[in-house]
Formats: sequence, C-alpha cells, structure tokens
Amino acid sequence: MSSSGDLLHVVTNDSISAGRKAFGRAITWGSAVCMVIMAACQLAQLLGWWDLGFENWRPTLYAYVMWAVCLCWGQVLQYGEHGKRTLFVLPAALFVISLTVFPLLFGLIIAFSDWNLSSPDGRQFNGLDNVRQMWVDPFYWNAMLNMVWYVLAILVEYAIAFGLALALNAEIRARKFFRVAFLLPLMLSPVAVSWMIGKSMLEPRFGPISRLGRALGWDNPSFFESPWIAKATIMLMDAWTFIPFMMIMILAGLQAIPKELNEAAKVDGANGWRAFWEVTFPMMLPVSITAILIRIIFKLKLADIVIAVTSGGPGGATDTVTSFIFREYRDRSNVGYGTLLAMVYLVVIILVMTLLMKLADRYARPRT
Amino acid sequence: MTGTPMPPANAQIFHDSPGDRAFQARWWTGRATVYALLILWAFICLFPIYWTLTTSFKTAPDVMKGHMLPWVDFFPAWLGWRSLGLSPDTWGNESTVRAEFLKRFSNSAIVSVTASVLAVALGSLAAYGLSRFSYKFAWMRNSDISFFFLSQLILPPVVLALPMLVLYKELALLDTRIGLILLYTLSVLPIVIWIMRDQFSSIPTELEEAALVDGLSIWGAFITIILPIALPGMVAAFILSLVLTWNEYFFAALLTSTHANTLPVMVASQTGSQGISWWSMAALSWAAILPLIVIGVVLERYIIKGMAAGAVK
Repeated sequence: MSSSGDLLHVVTNDSISAGRKAFGRAITWGSAVCMVIMAACQLAQLLGWWDLGFENWRPTLYAYVMWAVCLCWGQVLQYGEHGKRTLFVLPAALFVISLTVFPLLFGLIIAFSDWNLSSPDGRQFNGLDNVRQMWVDPFYWNAMLNMVWYVLAILVEYAIAFGLALALNAEIRARKFFRVAFLLPLMLSPVAVSWMIGKSMLEPRFGPISRLGRALGWDNPSFFESPWIAKATIMLMDAWTFIPFMMIMILAGLQAIPKELNEAAKVDGANGWRAFWEVTFPMMLPVSITAILIRIIFKLKLADIVIAVTSGGPGGATDTVTSFIFREYRDRSNVGYGTLLAMVYLVVIILVMTLLMKLADRYARPRT
Repeated sequence: MTGTPMPPANAQIFHDSPGDRAFQARWWTGRATVYALLILWAFICLFPIYWTLTTSFKTAPDVMKGHMLPWVDFFPAWLGWRSLGLSPDTWGNESTVRAEFLKRFSNSAIVSVTASVLAVALGSLAAYGLSRFSYKFAWMRNSDISFFFLSQLILPPVVLALPMLVLYKELALLDTRIGLILLYTLSVLPIVIWIMRDQFSSIPTELEEAALVDGLSIWGAFITIILPIALPGMVAAFILSLVLTWNEYFFAALLTSTHANTLPVMVASQTGSQGISWWSMAALSWAAILPLIVIGVVLERYIIKGMAAGAVK
C-alpha cells in the first residue's frame, strides 16, 4: 500500500494569473452546463415534451466526453503543477467511474422493474416482485450452491499447483520447456478449450479420454450425464486452464525464499518433509493466500466453459450464477429479473470476499 | 561354475559405504519422481493442443477409429482447413467461410490490442501517480483510491452486462468495436494497475529528483526517465491484458451480433451447428488459439513476470 504524504516532494513556484484561473473554471463549469442542458433536452424528448429529433443518446455521450476533457484541462489551468499531478490519476478514475458507477446505479433501477426486452410494454416498476420471485427460484439457489462447490475445488487446485511449483523449483533440466508447457493452458481461450476438451476429447464414443476410460474398465463413459460427474468434469476443465496461474504465483514466492533458510533447516536435521511443513509452507503462507484469493475472484466469474459445454445441464447441476443469468437473458430476454439476480450476487460476493480478506489478514499477519 | 566367482580384473575396489549408497538411491528416486511428475503434467497440458491440431487433419474414419499419430496411423488430409478456406488448394479461391473467419479474427485483434493499449496507458499513469504523490479527492486518500481501482477486480462481469446492454442500446454502441473496447479496458484495468504499482514502487524516487533538479517537469521526468525503466513491466501488463481480452467471451456474446463479433463467439456458435464435423471445428479452434500459443512460447518470460508481480512483496 502506498504511504501517505508525497514520496516525490516538489516545491514549485506557480504564478498563475487570475485570468488563467478564471478561464479554467469557466471551461470546467461551462462544459458541465452544456452536458446538463444536453441531457435535459434528451430527457424532454424521452418524456414526450419536446421533439428534437434525436435518434439516440449519443449527443449526451459526446457532451460527457467533452466535459471530462475540459475537467482535466481545467485542473491544469487552475492549479498548475498540482493540476498536472492530478492528471495522472484523473483520467483512469473518470473512466472507471463512468463505466461502473453509472451502470450500477442504472442497474439498480432495472433490478426493481419488470422489463422484458421482447415485450412491447417496456420497463415498469414492480417493487419487490423480482425479489420474491428470486426467493422461490430453485435454480438460482442451486447455482449459488454450485458456486460453493466450485470454490471449494480451489483447495485441490492449490495442492496440485503447489506440487508443480515445487517440482519446477527443484534442480531440473529443460526448465524453460516445462515452464512454457505448463503455462500454455492459461493462454487458451476457454471457449476453444471447451470444444477441444469438453466436446471432442470427452465425446462418449470416439474421444480419447472416453477410450482411455473404456480401456480402464469403465463400461460406458459419459461425462455430462450424471450431475456429480458433470460437475467434476467442469471443475477439472477449469482447473486445467487456471492451475498455471496459481503455479506461477507460488513459484515466484518459492524463488523469493532465501536459500539459507532451507540450508539452516537441513543443518538442524530436518528432513525434506519436515523442512517443507516447518519452513517452506509457513514462508509461503502470504503468497498462498494472495493466490487463493485471486483465484476465488476468477472462479466466481466462471461462465464460458459452462455456457459452451453443458449450458447448465444436466438439470442445473453444472450451472454457475453467471451462466444462469446469461441464459435468463438469452432465452427469455428477461433483463429486469436477471439484473436483480446479478445485483444480489454482487452483494454476496462483496460480503464473502470482505470476510475472507479479514480472515486472511488475521491469520497471515502474525507470521510474516 | 561353482564356488565364489573371481572378481573381474577391472572391478571397483573402493565402494561407497552402504549408508551413502542408500542416500544415492533415495536421491535418484527423488529425481525420478520429480521428472515423472513434470513429464506427466507436461503431457496433460500439451495433449489437448496436439489432439486438436491432428484432428484438424483427420477424415471421418480416422476420427472414429481414434487414430493419433500422423503418417503412422492415418494420412493427414486438408479436410478441416479446406472447410475454413485456409488450405493450400483453396487459398486462391473465394471463400465465404474464410472471409467470415478473417473478419472475426481482425475484430478480435483490433479490440484486444486497442483495449490493452488503452488499459496500459491509463493504468500506468494512475499507478505512477498513486505511487508518487498523495491525493485527496473528497474523502478519498491514496489508499482509498488504490482500493477503489483494485476492487473493480471482484466486480463480476454479469453485474455490468445487462445494464451495459441497455445503456449501449440507447447510445447506439451495441455491436460496435468501440463498445467492446471500452468494456475490455475496464475489465483489465485493475490488473494493469496492480502490476504497474508494483513496478513503479520498485523504482527509486531519487531518479526523478535528479531529473527535476536538472530542470525537467514532472511529466517530462515521467516520460523520459521512468517509462523506459518501467517498460518490461508495461510489456508484461500488456501481454496479460492481451491474453485476457482475446479470450473474453461473455461480453462479446451479449453485446455483439453481426458486425463486431470476436473469434470466441464464432467458435462457440459453431460448436452447436457443426455437430460431428470435428475436423473443421478442430481447425477453427486451433486457428483461434494459435496467436496465443505463439505469444505464450515467445513471451513466456513477460507473462510470468507479470503474474508474479504482487505475489511477492
């Protein structure tokens, strides 16, 4: 975390004329007023008060962009060097705010309305109807429960990733080859992977993995018929793509452990297994927690594979929240209800992640 | 022959003690396990890629009999690539599938490269500012601003997707590349900021101080002194963004229909319709992952560097 106070302290001798300051203020507020007028005109047309012939909301968008540019420029005009410093962060901040805060506020409105894009009535407020519908929607809660299972699978992924990182960290030949080979699954697009593995290699009749299963005595290999096998298959495919990610983070952590520590442990008579549990593993705890937390964040977004391979089947056994909402929109164009589900999901995620981070902080702190 | 055999003339006279030999045996089994593990996992990682590549050269009987080795089991045919219009004999001809494929490919390339450039530019500036100066926007101080940027990482795409869909419809940005670029930039920005913050905080501030004394402005010092030093980190962030945006499917599937479709959407839409014509799907999947395989092999160092940033503090 960045410390407070300027790390790079610069004393500048700004002499900004009153005229320049006034001009800066003028363009900032002037463009803001422009934007408000533009938005008001478009709103008037939307409400049917005054037909100005706008086809879409683009003019307001342009006015907004102009205001953003003027705001940045105005900062420099008004505050000189300090304004130039603000200019480092301001564009990114404006960008993120306009692309998340607006849609989230807008999403809140949609979430409490009955809005089906295919119905001609348009949007109508329906209060808490969506919440009531969600409360009794077994598929949504089923998807939530699935997410818990998917997240729990991360522990197994972590164990495998740790093992691989240890192997890569050992004195081996051809390390570069192994590193590249291990990294490749992460680079592949999940949609292509879901065809390559989910649709072709796991195909019950001709797929190589099914053949292998048959050779090993599994009579009728099918990977997406029974709920638990289907869930496990999705977990495995997702693990296949993301294990490299955890592996690399853990490997970086392993390489940062000073060699002397392991040597000291060896001198003290710790064999490999004890040295691992009493030196390496505790040293790796902070890195491990970071890796697992980031992995959980990515896991909670899991959708591509499910959409492309099973579309939630059999009977919702592989559904993730994201893929469920995706189908809610794709099959039923139900924007209002889908948005509410997504909002509830967001709240759940924020609560869970905050809790996890607090816990991680508590248990990782004293040892570092 | 009976009795104790005579040792051969060149026999070893001095032996390791039994304790040492046991140690050696353990060392060798340890070695063997490590290599077995590595080779097994490398096989697991590479086999699907190999399988897809060979399948794209197979004919229907080869697929059904499960042939694996080209020239040994089966004779490679250009079947899959011909259906994409990318085989040598169809190269000169008109091909609607190829035109479609190239359009999707260029869409993907334009969107992912632009979004990554934008994200690296915005993210580096913000990360630099946050690592050097202290800000106060309303009640937000530096750590709050950092947290605000990084917290975007937990925002699941599905939350933004439907409001964005409606918003883009009003703004006539639906099914345009610009719309996708904006969203992709947003989705990789937190990662870029994370990597770059780490990068900038490892550069000593004395460098800028010296530059400022020599009469450069803050921006001048940033561009001429700091950027070249931070370039490897920026490349890492760029490559990582490129991978993530090239592979993105969810937003592309929701927000595009005909004009701005990206490659993953094309792959996904073909999965259902092509049925069992595996060779053409294999060719398409392989063509979609090829650029990233090349990037992965050539720029592996940067990717690992990018992902390791932040892991070790």
